[in-house]
Amino acid sequence: MALLDEFRKTDHLIRHHHPHEQGAPILGVTDLWVRYESGAALEDISFELEPGVRLAVVGPNGAGKSTLFKVIAGVMAPTEGKVHVYGHEPGGHICIAYVPQRSQVDWNFPVNVADVVMMGRIGKLRLFRHPRARDWEIVEHALEVVGMGHLSKRQIGELSGGQQQRMFIARALAQEAELILMDEPLTGLDINSQEGIFRILDDLNERGVTMLVAMHDLQMAAERFDRVLLLNNRIVAIGLPPDVLSSQNLMDAYGGHLSLVQTDDGVLALEDGCCGEGEESP
Amino acid sequence: MIDWILAPLQYGFMLRGLAAAVLVGVVCATLGTYVVLRGMAFFGDALAHSILPGVAIGYLVGGGARGTVFWWALLTAIISALGIGAISRSTKIKEDTAIGIVFAGTFALGVALISTVGSYTADLTHFLFGDVLGVRTSDLWLIIIFGGLIILAILAFYKEFLVVSFDPILATTLRLPTRLLDFLLLILIAVAIVVSLQTVGLALMVAMLVTPAATAYLVTRRLPVMMALAATVAAVSGVIGLYLSFYLGIASGAAIVLTCTALFALTWFVQSIRRRFILRNQTARLRSD
Repeated sequence: MALLDEFRKTDHLIRHHHPHEQGAPILGVTDLWVRYESGAALEDISFELEPGVRLAVVGPNGAGKSTLFKVIAGVMAPTEGKVHVYGHEPGGHICIAYVPQRSQVDWNFPVNVADVVMMGRIGKLRLFRHPRARDWEIVEHALEVVGMGHLSKRQIGELSGGQQQRMFIARALAQEAELILMDEPLTGLDINSQEGIFRILDDLNERGVTMLVAMHDLQMAAERFDRVLLLNNRIVAIGLPPDVLSSQNLMDAYGGHLSLVQTDDGVLALEDGCCGEGEESP
Repeated sequence: MIDWILAPLQYGFMLRGLAAAVLVGVVCATLGTYVVLRGMAFFGDALAHSILPGVAIGYLVGGGARGTVFWWALLTAIISALGIGAISRSTKIKEDTAIGIVFAGTFALGVALISTVGSYTADLTHFLFGDVLGVRTSDLWLIIIFGGLIILAILAFYKEFLVVSFDPILATTLRLPTRLLDFLLLILIAVAIVVSLQTVGLALMVAMLVTPAATAYLVTRRLPVMMALAATVAAVSGVIGLYLSFYLGIASGAAIVLTCTALFALTWFVQSIRRRFILRNQTARLRSD
């Protein structure tokens, strides 16, 4: 985690509201329920994550993926249950970064790439303080990590889809996040851009960052992730990809809305009407 | 030409009017960038109308004294801002419906109160459309103090307002007090409305918040530039509008707002022609990406 270490060595302003509890999982979710008037979005969700794990969160539209992310990020309060980050409620930690769906961002907002990445530093700046030279250095560095150093002055509306996604990952780095939640970062990207994102995710894994990635492509979840969480309002299965993505579990989660294709590599699942821009709305 | 510009300046009311129009324009336009970026135009319009009962009470209590009207208006504006904010958060009624209910109800109450006075029509017109040429030195001081406070708050909380406006979820994960910041913005808008009561009046107020900021939004890509440009557009509109008012005998508030609108229309026209060329280049660049 060279980048983060480098940040920490010199940064005396980091506000650790709570010290990390030794040996606690980076993320612990226990008996979590979220109910809307229309019904339960999340039912009795419990799981734990060790630091450095890359977890794919898959499930049909309306399965509660976005809701789960918002609760973990501390943006939405659960109806019941608890979320712990390093053994503490998420309120005290600013080490969680939420990378929004691209469709939820106002791309005409008058800011450039460096401005957006700098927003990740604001949790570390005191009131009335403006970013200092060192903050800008961190921003430049974070942009270089995601291969966008040359685009720092570009207006955000002029970026390609892959660049928009990489900009938000750079912001998570500038925030010194240890847990990054990505809401469908691959949706709408072409193969090359998706590969670009995966190269960065591999890099983040080497730095010890823990990642939760909501996605639709089950094959990609099986091939590129350590763990898979199959969600359909409740946890259908969680664990190693081959165990989770069994045809029984997939039928359970997707019902009839899924075609299973037998290939040389195993079972390939194709979701009907997959990859819509929107997710369930609260 | 020089005479044409200098002639009105020999009148004290014109100098005070110019000062008020420029100051109010700069303050409202700077704050207005957030109103435009966060889609709060309807809220601003409603809030301006909903302070009429406060203006009316101040008017009745103070027997027409400007200072009393100002303080009552300020009190009502802050209460209305917080009230609308609370209603739209806590019921299942959609925000714009809640705003509509509060806005029309309070406005009607204001009209009812003012209608108890004999010289009803003249006074109402005054509050609704402003009277910038009637600005006194004491009014100018109130504009300078409260306008200055608004600008200070925008500068002091610049980075916090930026994050809350662009990405509220990030603001929450960074532990920024998002609710407090949202309320602060509502209060700043409320104060801006009261400050510009005399210049353009309640009915045209929303134009000062929205039009110069929207004009700047068309041509800039960074927030500080947008603020500076919006302030410039508003100041220029204030000056041109007052001269138009002086020479053509048009109501001053309407003249200022019409100048803002004309500048917006001109910018929009030039931009839409320019965009055709830019768009062509952009598609080429995205393809090669």
